[in-house]
Amino acid sequence: MSWAETLRIGLEAVRTHRSRSALTVLGILIGIAAVILTVGLGEGAQGQVRDQINSLGSNLLVVSPGSTTSSSGIRGGFGSASTLTSQDADALASRDVAPDIAAVAPASQRNLSLTAGTSNWTTTVVGTTPDWLSVRARKIDSGRFITGQDVTGHAAVVVLAATTAEQLFGARSPIGATVTISGVPMQVVGTLTAVGSSATANEDDQAILPISTAANRVFGGATRTSVQSIYLEASSSKTLSAAYQEANSELLALHHITTPTGADFTIASQQSILSAATSVDRTLTVLLGGIAAISLLVGGIGVMNIMLVSVTERIREIGLRKALGAPPRVIRRQFLVEASVLGLAGGLAGAALGLVGAAALPHLISQRIDISLTAAAAAIVVAVGIGVGFGVYPASRAARLAPIDALRSE
Amino acid sequence: MTDTESPRTPLPVIELDDVRKTYRTGALEVEALRGVNLRIHEGEYIAIMGPSGSGKSTLMHILGCLDVPTAGNYHLAGEDVGRMSEEDLAQIRNRRIGFVFQQFNLLPTLSAWRNVELPLCYAGVGRAERRTRAISALEKVGLRDRIAHRPNELSGGQQQRVAVARALVTDPALILADEPTGNLDSVSTQDVLGLFGELHASGRTIVLITHEPEVAAAAGRVVRIRDGNVQDDTGSDPRTSTDPRTSTDPRAGGASTTLTWEAHQ
Repeated sequence: MSWAETLRIGLEAVRTHRSRSALTVLGILIGIAAVILTVGLGEGAQGQVRDQINSLGSNLLVVSPGSTTSSSGIRGGFGSASTLTSQDADALASRDVAPDIAAVAPASQRNLSLTAGTSNWTTTVVGTTPDWLSVRARKIDSGRFITGQDVTGHAAVVVLAATTAEQLFGARSPIGATVTISGVPMQVVGTLTAVGSSATANEDDQAILPISTAANRVFGGATRTSVQSIYLEASSSKTLSAAYQEANSELLALHHITTPTGADFTIASQQSILSAATSVDRTLTVLLGGIAAISLLVGGIGVMNIMLVSVTERIREIGLRKALGAPPRVIRRQFLVEASVLGLAGGLAGAALGLVGAAALPHLISQRIDISLTAAAAAIVVAVGIGVGFGVYPASRAARLAPIDALRSE
Repeated sequence: MTDTESPRTPLPVIELDDVRKTYRTGALEVEALRGVNLRIHEGEYIAIMGPSGSGKSTLMHILGCLDVPTAGNYHLAGEDVGRMSEEDLAQIRNRRIGFVFQQFNLLPTLSAWRNVELPLCYAGVGRAERRTRAISALEKVGLRDRIAHRPNELSGGQQQRVAVARALVTDPALILADEPTGNLDSVSTQDVLGLFGELHASGRTIVLITHEPEVAAAAGRVVRIRDGNVQDDTGSDPRTSTDPRTSTDPRAGGASTTLTWEAHQ
């Protein structure tokens, strides 16, 4: 008997017992939809974090200072020391020292109040260099960014991020207006395009100054050359680890540190930030996916149950088919096909429900859901596999029935 | 049995040599068949009778290759089916035997012609040919206008006719009917028996199992089974049942026996 023939018989059997088949399919359907949605939710959460971290810039390395130990022996956390300086940044910017580093942007920041006319707004004031724009993958919305001349000339200019500009100037264009920071009047020369908030800070609420202006005229303090972080951009994603090595060895040498474990700075890559940030989401995805998989397993047992009922109920039919010349393998195949038809129907319906849910749910729970079509296809394959897997036992029971016993039963 | 003018020597369709069947249920051994010898030739119409528990059902299962003997030999159309695998037996049932059951055993979800084509499905016959052959088999049993009807839309007699058409469709060497009229009223019984008569007239070999004497009367030869043995056989000379050689090959044994046989044909 051909496969097409067997498939036709299987479909007929499923159609004959409509409501029973529908209930069996429902078990698989719920399992598949649950797996697709939970995996999609997990992927969505991870994707959200990934996007936020990627919005920091591409091929980015962040150098932060190490910890300090005060005279009384209390140790501050990472970033509390002021061991990084503008000189470090200048050294890393050298092509000879670090050929794989494309751009360097030292930055120091304070939370300060900005005043423009009658309105005021407290935000993060960042002192940096022109390379910051490319390293952090930002774009100018209007006007211009700070220039090398601004840095060398300690120019009193400021670039505002989108939210900051809106808070201070509303709908008016801030270009050319004056903003007072710590008593120093600054001219607004540009605005940044909005990018949304990152995992760590609202990237759209900040004011950018030339690093020299910030250190000498705004922040003040004793160590005017120290910076809070140095952003490095590797020339490509392939040279990221080479850039890391170059920055690491150069900074160790500059700081006269001989043992790498004694480093007074840390270098983090986007990848390391990303994996730390998404590890929780991944654990949750695995957990929820596991629960969904259990429901799928229960659905599979439902298929087995129904197939066993089907075999018992159709014992005479099996006997007759055997008497008419159906060999055991054909009987087995017939029931396997029937089980996999149930599995396939459940898989297709479950995938459809999952996709509908993925489209509808984000509107209800404001959580991003990433559905991959390969995952949906895999779910359908798994559903058919469950049908076949749980159909094996009932099918071989049917195949093993002695034709006389099967014919005799009432 | 009607007379046939052809002088050809009938071939034995069924040869049973000392066939025994023992069932073991727990510690108890039941001897259902205790050494049955039986020859059935091509074109014969034979009724097997016996009270319940006589072993006639077991005999029918062995004849139908639904079961294998514990000891002894069974040749169907020249093939030794006694020790065949499940797979080979399925093929033998498919190609050599057409079954007619007391319960009709039609699949309720399938139309008449779909029921009839079922054995052809397992024989690997193509779809178009299956339909043609199924319809022509239904035509032979007088149900040309009922091919699309489901079993529940047919009378008992019509259902059994569909079952006969299903038994015919593979053109088997043997039609094996197990109490085919057991569930039918007297009109339908005559109807189905008439059908068997026609099939026999066209040269089919029919083995019919029954306990109704009037049904057995339609057959040309009656074999009575009792306690797992052939008790009485009207078709062959009483000597043949004690000397299997003569009936194994009519030409080799005593001429008189053979002549009796052929005259009877």
